[in-house]
Parts: sequence; structure tokens; C-alpha cells
Amino acid sequence: MSTDTATAVAPKKESLFSKKNRRLLTDPLDDSNPITVQVLGICSALAITVQVQQAVIMSLAVLFVMIGGNVIISLMRNIIPDRIRIIVQLVVIASLVIIVDEVLKAYSPDISEKLSVFVGLIITNCIIMGRLEAFALGNKPGPSMLDAIGNAMGYAWILLAVALVREVFGSGAISFPGMGQVKFLPESWFMANGGFYENNNLMILPPMALVTVGVIIWIQRARNRSLIEEN
Amino acid sequence: MAFNKNSNGYTFLFAIVMVVLVGAILASLSLSLKPQQKANQAEKKMMNILGAIGVPSERGAVKPIFAEYVTARVSIDSEGRQVNSISGEVDPSNATDPFNIDVQKDYRSKAPASELNFPLFTCKKDGQDLYVVPVVGKGLWGPIWGYVALESDMETIYGAVFDHKTETPGLGAEIKEGFFQAPFKGKKINNVAPHFAVVKGGAPTTDYSVDGITGGTITSKGVGEMVDRTMGIYLKYFQSAPKAQK
Repeated sequence: MSTDTATAVAPKKESLFSKKNRRLLTDPLDDSNPITVQVLGICSALAITVQVQQAVIMSLAVLFVMIGGNVIISLMRNIIPDRIRIIVQLVVIASLVIIVDEVLKAYSPDISEKLSVFVGLIITNCIIMGRLEAFALGNKPGPSMLDAIGNAMGYAWILLAVALVREVFGSGAISFPGMGQVKFLPESWFMANGGFYENNNLMILPPMALVTVGVIIWIQRARNRSLIEEN
Repeated sequence: MAFNKNSNGYTFLFAIVMVVLVGAILASLSLSLKPQQKANQAEKKMMNILGAIGVPSERGAVKPIFAEYVTARVSIDSEGRQVNSISGEVDPSNATDPFNIDVQKDYRSKAPASELNFPLFTCKKDGQDLYVVPVVGKGLWGPIWGYVALESDMETIYGAVFDHKTETPGLGAEIKEGFFQAPFKGKKINNVAPHFAVVKGGAPTTDYSVDGITGGTITSKGVGEMVDRTMGIYLKYFQSAPKAQK
């Protein structure tokens, strides 16, 4: 018997929050971040990061679809015929996305209008398909859920970081669902009113999202040397 | 496992059960959320009509403002004869209420104009009679629509709002922005065809046309086309209607 008390009290069955499972949550935040390391889901990261508000809603929608998809596929992993597994995954994702879309239309029409086509695009978000195929098909629902949360969070924090930079410098404001857009710079600072400040319009355009993501990747690799490929 | 999950029979069975199940779930969800979604759409429509006459409004507080400014909801047939006129509270279940005419559905149905009714909203703002005409048409990727308000002379445009479903962001999608909509104010509807046009960006405009969006040519043309086509129908009504207090 080990003298280590931690292993002595650990149940025989692997705990949901074992070290290995905790890594499912934390890895996607940094080491295997879906956007900055795997470079998946870039399209939505570029498209809807003009305002923090939209990024928050998109992140929540992806979180919901990702958890739902991962758990459902994981539960069905033993009965899904191999030959149609991709189609099954698509049907599950598409249904969840339609549910999100319908609920938004009914209870949050303004945000539904703003997201418009991007909600539908969750279906093609490669992160979700990737996790279903790579993880949920081969693992139990518990770890699959953690994996989903981890990856959705890894996606979300990049989205929010990019949106924050773009909104602050592009619109001189911060928005949050339910609060609207708050302009925190005094009006007299702006050049139109004789001041010295001007919003950077380039920030609102899609190219700056790419540059911002690039800067985040740069910072991340400078801090985490293990991510740098050897030549 | 007892069964072979890769046999053809099982694969078919799985697919059929899955499709039926998912279909049932989505259909029931859609049905249960429909009333709420319809109410949101009606609210948005009221906001758009008010927007065309330059009255700001917000979700949740539209109905009283709508009732204050919109005096009557009229429907006309393709020959310009008045079919119906209703005032008072909007009743979403009343099919004869011109507010409930779905102009987009009518446009898509490709039914001959003679079988359709066209809604018109008469409003009163600052003592002036205004007429709001809904317009629908095609953009580059999908439907575009809007509301054009005419002054009491039934000729001069008082204001216009446009919206779209899937036009290109930054190009065609700009039709919903103020800089595109503002020049409509003060323009006129021509009595003879073409009644109105959106011309190529930078080209000289007349009383009966406005500047289009550079890079959004097809969407701009769609806006011109829908205003022109719709006004052709409403002109018959305006010409026969008594030009009241000018």
C-alpha cells in the first residue's frame, strides 16, 4: 500500500476531476487552444469580434452546442454505425444550433438579428466537429463534457480578448449583453469636437481581427516555448 | 454486443429513427416558440414603420407609440382601389387587418398582382399626413425590404428605412445605414415610369433618383427596383385619392 494519503482515499473508479481529466479542462486554454494552436474556428473569430456583446453571446452559443454535442455523441458512441458517424454528428450539431437559433429569435430578437448568419455558421465551426470526432466518439460522457467545456472556454477567451481590443480601439466603447454599449471616453476628446482622439476605424474591419489573433499567438508562444516547432 | 452495428439493416434503422426523433423534437420546439417570435416580428415591423417617419422607438415600448402616430391601416388592390381601412389596436389574429399582410410572402408567391392586396399606413406627425409604403425586393443574396414614407402631397419622400437578410457586410449590407437612407428624404416619386431609381455610385442624381453604394451595385439596384415597382401600384391609389389638406 502506498503511503501517499491522496491515492489511499481515491476511489477505485477514476474520479471525474482526476489530474488527467482536469487537463481536459485546462489544456485547451493554453497548450492546445483551438484557435491559437490548432487554428480552428478562425472564421467566426474574425467575423463576430467587433463588439464584446456579440462575442459573449457567440461564446455561450458555442459552449451550449459543444457540451450538448459532445455529451450526446458520447452517450451514443456505442450504437452509432461507423459508416454514418459523420452524418450523425452533423445532425446532432445542426439540431442543437437550430434550437439555439429559435430560442434567440424568441427571447433575444435584437441579438439574433446581429448574429444572423453566424449562428447558422456554428454548424460548420470546425472546433465542434473536431471534438466530436476526436474525443466524444471514444470517451465517456463525463470526460467528454469536460473536454467540451475546456475547448469552448479556450475558444471563448480568445474571442473575448480579440473583441475587447477591437471594440475599445475601434469604437471607444465596451458593450455587454443587457447593458448596451458604454462609451467611456468623454465626447470632448474626439477630433470632431476639437479634441485629440480618433477611433481607429481599421479595428472594426475583419483584417484587424486576424492581426489581433496573430499578436495573441505571438505573446502565447513567447511565454510558452513548448509550442514553438523545431525546424 | 449482440447486434452487428455495422450491418446495412442496422445502419438504415438507426438513420430512420434518428431523423424521425430529431424532426419531432425540432418541430415541437418551433411550434411552441412561434407565438413569441411572431410578436417580435410584429414589433420590429412597427419599429420600421415608425423609423420611416423618423420616430425613434424601442422594443417593448412600441405599441403605444405606434398607436399614437399611425392613424389608419389601409389595404388597396392592384388597381389602386381601397379594400379595407382599419384603425385602433393591431390584432395579430385578424387576417383582414392590413398590418397582417405579409408582403414578403406575397412577393415570393409570384401570384399575379390582381389577386393581392397591398398595405398602406397613414400616419400623422406634427400635423402633417404621412403615408408609409412597405417595399420588398431582391438583393444579391436574399430578400431586402423597407418602408418608404411619403409626405401629404403623396409625391415627396419624407423618409425611408431599408433592411436585408444576408447582403454582403460592408457593401450591400450598408443599405440599412443612415448615410444611404438619408438622401431619400426630399426626393420625389415620378408620375411616369420609371418612378424611382437608385443610380450608380457617383453618377449625377435627379429629383427621382439617389446615389447607390459603390461595390454594392446589385443590392442598390434591388432597392431602386423595389421602390419603383411598388410605387407603380400605389400611384394609382394616390392619384385617385383626394389630395387632402396640403
